[in-house]
Amino acid sequence: MSATPNAAPPPVLSSPAWSGDTSFLLYQIVLKDFRIRYRNMSLGIFWSVLNPMVMIVLLTFIFTQVFVNHTPKYPLVILTGLIPYNFFALAWSTATTSLTDNSTLFKRIPIRCEMIPVGVVLANIMHLVVQLGLLVVIGLFYGVYPNWHWLWLFLLWGLELICIMGLGLASAALHVVLRDIRYIVESANTVLFWLVPIFYTFAMVPDRFKELYQFNPVSALVLASRLVILEHRHPPETLLWKLALVSAFSFVAGLAIFRKLQSRFYSYL
Amino acid sequence: MPPILASVENLTVRFHPHRQTLLLRQRIRNVFTARDGGSFLALDNVSFSAAAGEGIAILGQNGAGKSTLLSVLAGVLKPDGGVVRVGGRVGALLELGAGFHPDLTGRENLTLYAALLGLGRREIAERFDSILEFSELGGFIGEPVKNYSAGMRLRLAFSVAIHVDAPIVMVDEVLAVGDAAFTHKCIERVKLLRKEGRLLLYVTHATAGLDAVCNRAIWLHRGRLIQDGPVNEVAAAYNSFMADPERRFCDPASRNAPTVS
Repeated sequence: MSATPNAAPPPVLSSPAWSGDTSFLLYQIVLKDFRIRYRNMSLGIFWSVLNPMVMIVLLTFIFTQVFVNHTPKYPLVILTGLIPYNFFALAWSTATTSLTDNSTLFKRIPIRCEMIPVGVVLANIMHLVVQLGLLVVIGLFYGVYPNWHWLWLFLLWGLELICIMGLGLASAALHVVLRDIRYIVESANTVLFWLVPIFYTFAMVPDRFKELYQFNPVSALVLASRLVILEHRHPPETLLWKLALVSAFSFVAGLAIFRKLQSRFYSYL
Repeated sequence: MPPILASVENLTVRFHPHRQTLLLRQRIRNVFTARDGGSFLALDNVSFSAAAGEGIAILGQNGAGKSTLLSVLAGVLKPDGGVVRVGGRVGALLELGAGFHPDLTGRENLTLYAALLGLGRREIAERFDSILEFSELGGFIGEPVKNYSAGMRLRLAFSVAIHVDAPIVMVDEVLAVGDAAFTHKCIERVKLLRKEGRLLLYVTHATAGLDAVCNRAIWLHRGRLIQDGPVNEVAAAYNSFMADPERRFCDPASRNAPTVS
């Protein structure tokens, strides 16, 4: 027989489970995603700026020259709508395919798979930071300066992140079982582009739909961002409560769906 | 008596191959045709236990349930029946392509893989040089892994896996792609790990010289445990079974031998 270590007490046997540094692993997953996204772009981070710039020019042309409207600081209005929408759409769609794209990471190692879609959503924050930088620059150009109300943005974006994580957990898990989900998510994002006040303002929305709009987490964020950035006002309490409610529901439901489907990942990937 | 590091009792895993229809139209069609695709047992009532310092070869033809067994022990697959118990941190299940992203460099993949196996920032920093040295990858560590050969990927994965303090080391048919020198080095290291009191579970098809690595072997056939005993005995029985062109069952120890078509 082979040599035996005598010093150590006999190990306690338990069901196989992962143990290690969870926060470091999550950091590595985010870092990996970020590296892969920007390594193959020769212009790197510039692409994060280019897309909203093109959209601003395009939408400003159409809605000041073709359909004439006289909303003041119109490019800034577009940008405050576009940034939350872009973040939401990109984070949700990349989270949806995250489990199928990264199956090698967890197929043979029993890590908490929730980390994969959550990490992908977090990796999109870099993109967001760059676009918010663009917002500040364009804001300065229009004479809009940061003020204390901007601190509300952290809370708003925090709630939005929780909401997207919930949606991403649910859609990622469903996408493992049913590979059509990504197309449904893409279509939902297209619909959302028109339903979120990006190139129009909340004031233009008919009164009977206003209540409903506030329950759409992306619209709520756009609305609150515009109040904070363009009107120097704090977001109304009811709006915050609605956003918090929707985000909490999304996260809890997303996690529940994820946990329910998790046992099937092994045989479906 | 060395302590037990892994035990499985009445382990059963059932697969449903036809349920894995991945597109909506297939799902809808299945609802209307209402056919159950059937299922098979990937593991059928398997029981054994393994002690520290043992080296156990897992033998069996393709589809016998070897990788399924390791997946259950690694904790990535929940069994449909039976009990699995392991001691300590779950081990790395080494197989080709595990945990690596082709666009990341060897160094980045090393860190990610080590983090996946449970190492923290400080542990990785402490062990980095030792991992790199064992892998002999040298300057290639800065290259993207997509430019690596299968052997180089094995070097990286194996080097990380042996630097994780897991009491159970699982190797699934990977050593075959390494060159002779590295394979020899891996085998020497694996013996050392056994001496340290770790448990080696080794899936392989190469039975020649297996007794240098393992003391014991388990033979699986269609999910059932056919034989569990000293490595040379089990390997001999397995080899004579595989040599038989009709694969008739020739193991007297098994009372309810499966009918082999």
